[in-house]
Amino acid sequence: MTIPDTTESESRRTGADPADGVIVLERVVKRFGEYLAVAHADFAIGRGEFFSLLGPSGCGKTTTLRMIAGFEQPTEGRILLEGRDVSRVPPYRRNVNTVFQHYALFPHMSVYDNVAFGPRSQKLDATETDRRVRELLDVVRLAAFARRKPSELSGGQQQRVALARALANYPSALLLDEPLGALDLKLRQAMQGELKRIQREVGVTFIYVTHDQEEALTMSGRIAVMNEGRVEQIGTPEEVYHSPTSVFVATFIGVANLIPAVVEQANGAGASVRVAGSLPVAVPAGTWRLGAGAKASVMVRPERLRLSAAPPGDCVSIPVTLEQAVFQGPVVRCLLRAAEGSEIVAHVGPEQILPGLSPGLALWVSWEPEAARLLPP
Amino acid sequence: MAGTAAGGTRQSRAAPYLLIAPGVLWLTVFYVVPIVSLAQTSVEVAGGPWWDGYQRALTGYGTHFFRSLRYAFAATILALVLGYPLAYVIAFRAGRLKTLLLGLVILPFFTTFLVRTFAWKTILNDGGPAVRLLQQLHLLAPDGRLLDTTIAVIGGLTYNFLPFMVLPIYVSLEKIDRRLVEAAQDLYSTPRGAFQKIVLPLSLPGVFAGSLLTFIPAAGDFINAELLGSPNQQMIGTVIQNQFLEVRDYPLAAALSFVMMFLITLGVLAYARLLGTEELA
Repeated sequence: MTIPDTTESESRRTGADPADGVIVLERVVKRFGEYLAVAHADFAIGRGEFFSLLGPSGCGKTTTLRMIAGFEQPTEGRILLEGRDVSRVPPYRRNVNTVFQHYALFPHMSVYDNVAFGPRSQKLDATETDRRVRELLDVVRLAAFARRKPSELSGGQQQRVALARALANYPSALLLDEPLGALDLKLRQAMQGELKRIQREVGVTFIYVTHDQEEALTMSGRIAVMNEGRVEQIGTPEEVYHSPTSVFVATFIGVANLIPAVVEQANGAGASVRVAGSLPVAVPAGTWRLGAGAKASVMVRPERLRLSAAPPGDCVSIPVTLEQAVFQGPVVRCLLRAAEGSEIVAHVGPEQILPGLSPGLALWVSWEPEAARLLPP
Repeated sequence: MAGTAAGGTRQSRAAPYLLIAPGVLWLTVFYVVPIVSLAQTSVEVAGGPWWDGYQRALTGYGTHFFRSLRYAFAATILALVLGYPLAYVIAFRAGRLKTLLLGLVILPFFTTFLVRTFAWKTILNDGGPAVRLLQQLHLLAPDGRLLDTTIAVIGGLTYNFLPFMVLPIYVSLEKIDRRLVEAAQDLYSTPRGAFQKIVLPLSLPGVFAGSLLTFIPAAGDFINAELLGSPNQQMIGTVIQNQFLEVRDYPLAAALSFVMMFLITLGVLAYARLLGTEELA
């Protein structure tokens, strides 16, 4: 099933082309009285994107989603839908639909009537309504359950009905508010795959709110990482993982080592900083402007670190003491302490297990310069 | 105490029955036994066939039966028309005032039924505020009265049973997940459409309960008609009370009671059919 749309190329359908913004947030601010829920959200979401809003509880992601849906209105700024300013337009006049966290299926209606609710509210004729309901029930693979009531369905099935109910309206964008939160792990993982499949099949823009970074990394085309109302970074899963632009993003997604450093000198291509007191280390410069003497953090992911008895010549390395080595199956998690006290976590594979990895051992930890990122402290 | 698995099951199987035993006992002693006794009374006719009581009840008091049902029906409709919006506002729009408003709805109950109805007698009195206002608005003739009229009786019934209508409707509205209303709006339903298609159907159990709690006692009421009506408004409740306590014609009184019970039950069943019993679960 594909939703009739007006774009031509395949790449636009699957890729992140924000210039073709289906939804644009322009300098959006939301306050509830004194409380600042969303501070300056300003970004565009492209047609056919799987776009996630990721962050901890209270970061403003759900509020942002609700503003796109029309349940809240921005205090400042505008929201554009298909180029049209919908900031003050009520939800029943916006062509976006929401999949709620606890599904909000109408308990007194059958699955069929739930899915048909949107088309019927829009006064589509009975034949077209019926065609759409059957089509969507097929997409979510629940055709046999059309006559059942929501109370007779499992959590995963209810979630799929909620999805069908929203998609039956062929919305410009589908808004999903932590839809998998109420499911157990196995079912959640299965549903992640299902959602990806359906999104690809249907080609609708998905805007997905979650606090689960693994979920966001797995499913998204682009992720907007939010914290305390601010959008910290927007990028593809690879970008936010390998090139975070702030300490918050680095630590919220995956595990990050943050080594305190002082900038020695910086030019366009890179910077050299001193870590652990006085060791010079070269790092690629980030988008952040640095000056000599500025404090910073050097961020390296644990799996990019190597341990050795002597410093290898071609990498950046610092001396450490091994505190603990924990076997975790695919990797060994090593807790290391640098000379001036900072803690470093390294995930090393079996080939790295030097004979006698015992606490107290003096080692060198190293990484390739391109693996590190320089972040504001 | 080390119980076997079978012992444990036996104990937990008995528990529900033990829990409802006091209730069942109470019902048996104070409901089943009196009903059976009353049924016996209705057919213990001295010097006549066993159906004498019923025959006299049906032939002599048809007017009273149907009048009572009509008044109770009218009062129920009025209570619904007044009570549903009130319950809706308390449930959906009251915010911090919710507890206060609920308190105000229940407040009349702090005085007895009798006193409240007497108060109405004073309010509806000739020359009283209600009569004068209606006369000024030319809705009532200069020599018109409110007391001893059907309007007064129905008004009294509506007033006295209004909380019984409001509270069950409020409870069922309160239980409705607000996100369902949001979901309906998300799916292109206007707020009015969301009310009609989501809130109203989901509040029907409350409407049904409130209607029953209003209609059934109102049909058998005898205070309102006594105090606010003339003999032309006399309801079956008054007749039954009279027959039991003054005339002491027990077979007739008992027969009247059973006929009324039967008629009310018919009405309730018809109503339940109308609303569709599934949705009331």
